[in-house]
Formats: sequence, structure tokens, C-alpha cells
Amino acid sequence: MSALEAVGISKYFYEPVKFQVLKSLDFKIEKGEFLALMGKSGSGKSTLLYVLSTMDTDYQGTLYINEEQVTGKSQNFLAHFRNEHIGFVFQFHYLLQEFTALQNVMLPALKLGKYAKSELEDRAYEKLKILDIQEQAGKKTNKLSGGQQQRVAIARALINDPAIIMGDEPTGNLDSANTSIVFEIFKELTEKHQQTIIAVTHDDEFAKRADRIIEMKDGMII
Amino acid sequence: MFRLSFQIAKTQMLERPKQTLIATLGVTFGIGMFVFMVSFMTGVNVLLEETMLAATPHIRIYNEAIAAKTSVLDEYKAGEAFVNVVHNIKPKEEKQNIKNAFQMVDYLRADERVLGVSPQLTSQVFYNFGPIQINGTLVGVDIFEEDKLFDLESKIQTGRLENLLTSSNAIIMGADLAERLNMQVNDKVTVSTPDGTLKLLKVVGTFRFGVGAIDDSKSYTSIATVQKILKEDTRYITDINVKLKDYYQAGQIAREYDRKFDYTIEDWEAANASTLSTFLLRDIITYAVSITLLVVAGFGIYNIMNMTIYEKMKDIAILKAMGFAGRDVLSIFLIQAISIGLMGAASGLLIGFLLSLWIDGIPFETGGVLSVDTFPVNYDIKYYLIGLVFGLLTTGLAGYFPARKAAKIDPVEIIRS
Repeated sequence: MSALEAVGISKYFYEPVKFQVLKSLDFKIEKGEFLALMGKSGSGKSTLLYVLSTMDTDYQGTLYINEEQVTGKSQNFLAHFRNEHIGFVFQFHYLLQEFTALQNVMLPALKLGKYAKSELEDRAYEKLKILDIQEQAGKKTNKLSGGQQQRVAIARALINDPAIIMGDEPTGNLDSANTSIVFEIFKELTEKHQQTIIAVTHDDEFAKRADRIIEMKDGMII
Repeated sequence: MFRLSFQIAKTQMLERPKQTLIATLGVTFGIGMFVFMVSFMTGVNVLLEETMLAATPHIRIYNEAIAAKTSVLDEYKAGEAFVNVVHNIKPKEEKQNIKNAFQMVDYLRADERVLGVSPQLTSQVFYNFGPIQINGTLVGVDIFEEDKLFDLESKIQTGRLENLLTSSNAIIMGADLAERLNMQVNDKVTVSTPDGTLKLLKVVGTFRFGVGAIDDSKSYTSIATVQKILKEDTRYITDINVKLKDYYQAGQIAREYDRKFDYTIEDWEAANASTLSTFLLRDIITYAVSITLLVVAGFGIYNIMNMTIYEKMKDIAILKAMGFAGRDVLSIFLIQAISIGLMGAASGLLIGFLLSLWIDGIPFETGGVLSVDTFPVNYDIKYYLIGLVFGLLTTGLAGYFPARKAAKIDPVEIIRS
């Protein structure tokens, strides 16, 4: 069963001049696969990741996630879909500064509303524990270091047990020890829970240990 | 779901108190200034209107000397064969009194829209001051009825109202007139009527309406005194002044009386047409200034709210990336905008009220021309409601438009820029 399928995905940038970033890409990602997306900067890998995450709807071609077509769906549908099925880790953590680490992790789950609030708190705390930052749970996120913030962001991506976890250089801000921890977590998620991981990375070591590498150049897969 | 939006909105506002405070203060000052300025301006308007009405009866009934429109010639030779031309027709020699005046007064008093009725008798007189004669009017009234109409008690400067009844040939004189004549209470003054009658009268008090034209020419005395001076009988009355419960009905009631009575009926609006037209101009200016104040305040509020929302654009992108829908984002920011609007407007109303209280206490010396000793302020609840609604509306809209825009676009568009 495929977790994600892209059919003829193309995308253009119009500023400052019309430019094709993605050139009719076709690929399939299986469920439980750990995929590393590599390429030089400007190759279009981050752009592709945003298209796959449904946060960018301005593209041509068709995208299926969990064998469901998401291309052409409404903003509200996509928001709910992301909430339930996709966990996203940005390059720069992107946490809400006014909230504590624990609250940040809880927010997507509160939105989903599958569990009671007290149960959610336990689950969020659990996720922070996996990433070894449970001591920081009650702190405002702007009081945390860059690496700590990044780990909170990863915990947030995991909270709803999404089918697919996407990361735009999720370990870019982490030292090698923490990178290793995150990698182990990802590996375990794919193997034990059949969750799919798609991570853009520059880190060759990280990429080598992935199940599959897709390398991009000039908007094409090579 | 709404509760989550509310929680997020609340946390965002409470965790950034400085920003929330600045946005709130923007609304506060806009609304506060509006309330203050409008209260002050309309306070001045109300004072001037009240000053005018203080000395003007709402309806005045009198017998106007009008030249007859037809001449006796028409009665004698009429028909198509004649064209009658009589030049310069003059009024007939007849008394200027109202017949059956006291019956009319009883009728008017029975009207439930009427607050008070004061029959009176006016005569032009000269006040003799040594060799100088000063022109003025002598008004014969039932002093307590007149008091009901114009609240004379509060306008008495020296002497007492009741003294008019206890001594005969007593008058209460306008304060400026008394000053010109160098009169004190208990001094005597000789008045002469147009037909040459002289009469010695005793000043028992002075009054001040704050209207120059009255204070330097008018005196009150009893009806009987004027009747004696004019050598008329005890039923002789020239004017009936009426005070209404609602003076805005004056025009309508005057027309009603006009059909009923065969005398000239004049309501205060007609009597003060020129003053009213300046009032109209002043009202236009008041409206123009209030609207300008609201627009300026509105733009200030709009700008500061817009800024607040644009600073949170990144947060919007994060929320949307996590799966919050457009309407969640919209409600989070609308809640913030409305809360800021509500707090800002409420404190603005308070500030406006306090400023009004402050200016209301500042002494304002008019030299007795106006019946106030501090700045006039109008505490009409209407302007507070306008301020509240306007504050909520502008903050709401200023929050709504950018938030709606942010709710619609792809989160990645915000992240990329």
C-alpha cells in the first residue's frame, strides 16, 4: 500500500521571472518507508516537500496521500487532513512563542480533539520524554535553546500519530548525539508503527541510514 | 472548538502584555477623545439653547395690530364693474388686548401638554433717570405663574420675589437696567407711558436672565399696576405665555391653537428663527467635527490592529501547518480584535467621562451673561453608545480583513516571504 503518490507534479515560480521549479515528477512512497530527499540548494527539494505536505496548493499534477486524492481539495479539508495525517517539522522549529513547550506539542491534538485534555497532556509529555526534553515542558519556548526548540517541534509533529511525518532538515539544528536520537526515533516509527518519514536533508550520514534516497537536481529526480 | 480558539487568543494576548496594551491604548485614546469632545461641544449647544429658551415662552398668544386687508370701500361698492384701490391702509383704532383672556387661560391650563400659563400685560415705558429717559418695557404678571414658566426665583439677584405682592406699586427690575439707573432695592423710580402718564414705583428686587436685551430693559410688576398705568379695566390682558412639557412640540401645538383662537400664536421656533438658523450652522459644525474625530480615531485603530495581526502572520502559518482551518485562524484573531476593542472602548468611555468631569469643574467666568460658572458638558448616554459601537466595529473590521486574507492563503506563502 502506498503512503504517497505523485503524478506529474510541476510547479512554477513567477517572481521575478517565470521559472519551472519542479519538472513533472512521478514517484511513489510505500507505507513505513524512511525516505531522504537530497539535493543541492535550489534543486527544488524543499518546494517539493511543501507540495507533498499539502501546504502549497499552487502546482500542476495530482497528489495522492493514503491513496486518497488531495489535489483540488478545499483549504479546510486540507487543514483537517494535515492535522490528522501529516506531521511537519520545519527547518526553523516554528513554535508559538507565547506558549510553553508542552502547550505547543498539545495544540495539534487539541485541534483534532480525539482525546480528553488530561490524557493529551500525558501523551504530549510522553513525546517530550522520548526526545529527552521533558524537563523543559513547562518553559516558554523562547527560553529554550535552538536544539531544544527543534526537538519540541519534532514532538509536536508526532503528537497525533500521523501516517506521514515530513521534515525540512529536521536535524539541521541538532548536534550529532541528538541527531542520532532523532534518527532512532524515526527508524522505530517506520518499523514498529508503519509510519512513513520523508525528510529533506543535507546530512549524508543521516541519508545513508534511510531506506531510500531521492536525489534532485534542477527540479528533476536523478 | 471555539474554546480552543479562545484559549489560544487569550494566551497570545496575555503573554504579550505590552503589545496588547499599546493596541488597547490606541482604541482608548480615539474613543476617549471622541466622547470628551462631543460631550463638550454638545454641552455648549445645549447651554446656548437653554439660555435662549430661559427667557422665551414656548408659545406666546397676543393680539397683533394688523392693517385690515380690505377697506370699507369694498363693502360699499363691490362687483366686477369696480376696481377698488385704497392706498396705505392703516390699522383701526382698537385695543390690543385679548378678549376673554382669563377664560382662555383656564382652557390652556386644562391641556395636559401644558406645564404653565402666564397671562400678562406689557407696556412700553420710559424710566426717568434725572434728565435722561431710558426706554424699556414694564410687564404686569402674576409673579408666581411667571416663576413657574421661567424659574424667576433662581434669577433673582437682590430682593425677593414675594415683595412684589406685599407692597403696591412695586417692581422687580432687570439687573443691568437697575445698574444703569443706579437703583438699589427700596429706591424709587418714575416711569412714563407713551401717552404721558407718570407713575412712581418702588424697586423691590433685581433679576438677571443672562440675556442682555432683557436684563437691561425689562421690569416685572403686578398686572393691576400696569392696568392702572394704562388706565384699563381689570380684565385687560395683552399676552398669554405658555410653557410646554416638551418644547419640541411647540410648532404643532401652536398650529392647533391657531385654528382655535382668533389671535396671533407664535411658537419659540418662529420667534427665534434667526437664532435657530445659527444653531443649525453650529450643529452642522458639531456633526462635522464628531465625524472627523471618529474617522481619525478609526484610522488609528485600524492601523494599530492591522499591525498587530501582521506581526502574527508567522503564527498564522504555523497554526495552519498544524492543521488549524481558516475559520479557526479567523476566530482566534477576531477574538483578539474584539477583546482589544472592548477593553479599549470601555476604558476610552471612562477616560472621556473623566475628562468631561474635569472640564465640568473648571470655573468659567461669564460675568453673569450665561447662567453657568463652569464649562458646560453634556452627559448624553447616546454619545457613549456611539463610541462603544464605533470602537468595536473598527477593531472588528481591522482584525477581520487581514485575518481573513491570512486564513485563505496557503501557509507556505507566509513562510516563504
